[in-house]
Amino acid sequence: MSGAEKIAVKVTDIVPLNELVTRFKFARVDGGRLPTFSGGAHTVVEMRDGDITRLNPYSLMSDPMDQSAYTISVRRDDEGRGGSLFMHQRVKVGDEMTISYPVNLFSLDLRAKKHLFLAGGIGITPFLAQIKQLERFNGNWELHYACRTESLGSYVDELTNHHPNETHIYYDDQNDKIDLVNLLDGQPLGTHVYVCGPKGMIEWVRGTATAEGWPREAVHYEEFLAPQPGKPFEVKLAVSNKVIQVGETESLLEAIERAGVDAPYLCRGGACGQCETRVIDYTGNFIHRDHWLDDDEHANGEKIMPCVSRFEGKTLVLDR
Amino acid sequence: MTIQFNDETFRDDYSFFNSDRAIKRFPFPFHEDSYMYSVNMEQHRGGPVDSVYEKRFDVDEHYVAEMRDRAMVLADDPLRCQSLPHMTLAGWDLLELIMVSKSEDYPDLFELHRDGNNWRWVNKPLGIDDSFVFLDETTLPYGPMEYITRQAQGDFCVLDQRDDNLWMDAGMVTTQADWSLDFDIGMNFFEWHAPVPLAHEKGIFVRALKFLLNIQQGAPARRLNWTMTVNPLLDTSPENYHKWGIQKTTLTPENIGAKQHLRVELQTFFRLPRSNALVFPIRCYLCSFQDLMTAPKWGRRLHRVIRDLPEELATYKGFIDNRPMMLDYLSKFDDGLPTSDGIWPDLETEPALKT
Repeated sequence: MSGAEKIAVKVTDIVPLNELVTRFKFARVDGGRLPTFSGGAHTVVEMRDGDITRLNPYSLMSDPMDQSAYTISVRRDDEGRGGSLFMHQRVKVGDEMTISYPVNLFSLDLRAKKHLFLAGGIGITPFLAQIKQLERFNGNWELHYACRTESLGSYVDELTNHHPNETHIYYDDQNDKIDLVNLLDGQPLGTHVYVCGPKGMIEWVRGTATAEGWPREAVHYEEFLAPQPGKPFEVKLAVSNKVIQVGETESLLEAIERAGVDAPYLCRGGACGQCETRVIDYTGNFIHRDHWLDDDEHANGEKIMPCVSRFEGKTLVLDR
Repeated sequence: MTIQFNDETFRDDYSFFNSDRAIKRFPFPFHEDSYMYSVNMEQHRGGPVDSVYEKRFDVDEHYVAEMRDRAMVLADDPLRCQSLPHMTLAGWDLLELIMVSKSEDYPDLFELHRDGNNWRWVNKPLGIDDSFVFLDETTLPYGPMEYITRQAQGDFCVLDQRDDNLWMDAGMVTTQADWSLDFDIGMNFFEWHAPVPLAHEKGIFVRALKFLLNIQQGAPARRLNWTMTVNPLLDTSPENYHKWGIQKTTLTPENIGAKQHLRVELQTFFRLPRSNALVFPIRCYLCSFQDLMTAPKWGRRLHRVIRDLPEELATYKGFIDNRPMMLDYLSKFDDGLPTSDGIWPDLETEPALKT
């Protein structure tokens, strides 16, 4: 079986935060204790929607030491493939669901003398758990959090009430902007920067930090890509000798799984590298969307990350 | 199952011994009649009853004596146990993992009572009954990693995970096969493996690292590794090479069966939850050649493996000079019959030695 270990949970609370974001709370079905985790970890939530099974990763935002429940926050994506809509519209308190053990691809570097967090929108969630972890050990941290509007500022009140000195909020509609160059320039030696948010923000922070001479190892980022819908395409799976159709709103990985072929995965967001698959033959163009393969690998057509990447063309044969 | 703990030594008079039960459960490392490096990992979730794979942390008849030997090594050389400042949280993770596992797996030997962060730990074989506050170092006599690994067989490397690599940033290493924590501390996975021959060329370490980086909570893994040790020495460290290296020259055709030991490491890998570090316990099992020869399959196979091992590996494992004498001894236990697949002795089904 692929993916991390599974946990059977029950939805114990659903709290709409604003027009886009809703928080979900999970406890174990058997009443037992959930595993502790490290701040920055995510869980993969299985959503059974008729014949379709979607597995979406969400950052754990609750206190990593709290073994009674996990919480996640889900931002509704009306243009997406339906995972967040399923969570928002179909999941009810008392429902039983399956989630994965925590997996951390965005952990704190515990050597850091100071942790500088840069969040954009729903990218705030991993930092909420990291802040709780650091608070327990008197860690040194500072948060700069950009939201579109006051009404979409999830957890702004909680953060500014509990951590008024560490928290800095920026509203796009008020033309607030993080003064990144000065912010980076003023950090003490041994500071690590963490950014989680939209692609553009991550690129901006990484690019600026590099230009300002920050070592690569001191800049951490996480961007979970939701698989994007696209044109349907056909794939031949050489090892299992199957020809499958990838539908408009499903990912290549989901289509492989739907055909009964066990394929490795962990994050399902283009970051972890587990689902890397060798391309045996193709005629057409890849739509690579992952962060795992480098530019050369994206260009040479030898590998694909089926969790987020797609294909347009005549023939695609995979070693799976 | 009650364990009778041996009163034995791993130094000086070498009174170490394996009971019949210990021989039967010895983790013989060769699943076929030849050996080459591979990424021979499997999931670590139990195994045959009373095998070394059954429990998360195997406790056997050598437990009390091994902990006594560790205390002596540490008294002579405190640098065998080191933890860089950022690894304390991982130390607590390890303490919790071992205490929870042992109290669940050996309830007659170990007890853990938890009331929030107020914990009480009872270790009956070692006569320990301590109360402390979890995550508060001031309430323990040592740091959390040192405290718990003074009560757990095997070496422990606690590896930080960052920059897509693993870093040897903490450990308790007193029963090692000729490597030094003090030398390797702070190194990354490729740096500390640099001395290993052949494996780099085969891409073993790139693949092994990829596997290890992806070990997740709740899904530990394991593998076996092996070498050779003359006399049942736990501490074959570079620091003490001047004491044990010379002993390799004391083998004779008369004493080799008793003196020459196959040294097997049961290596396990657990993701630590709070720190996201990886702990790599390396549990050492020793068995004399003469005890191994009581399983006809192991006699046949050990001869073939040692005979056909590439010279680089016999040199790296430190027995190239003694190999001819080993083969003289082992060949008497190889009648050329085929052997069954897998590591188990298969005492009921494998034929006796043809003489």
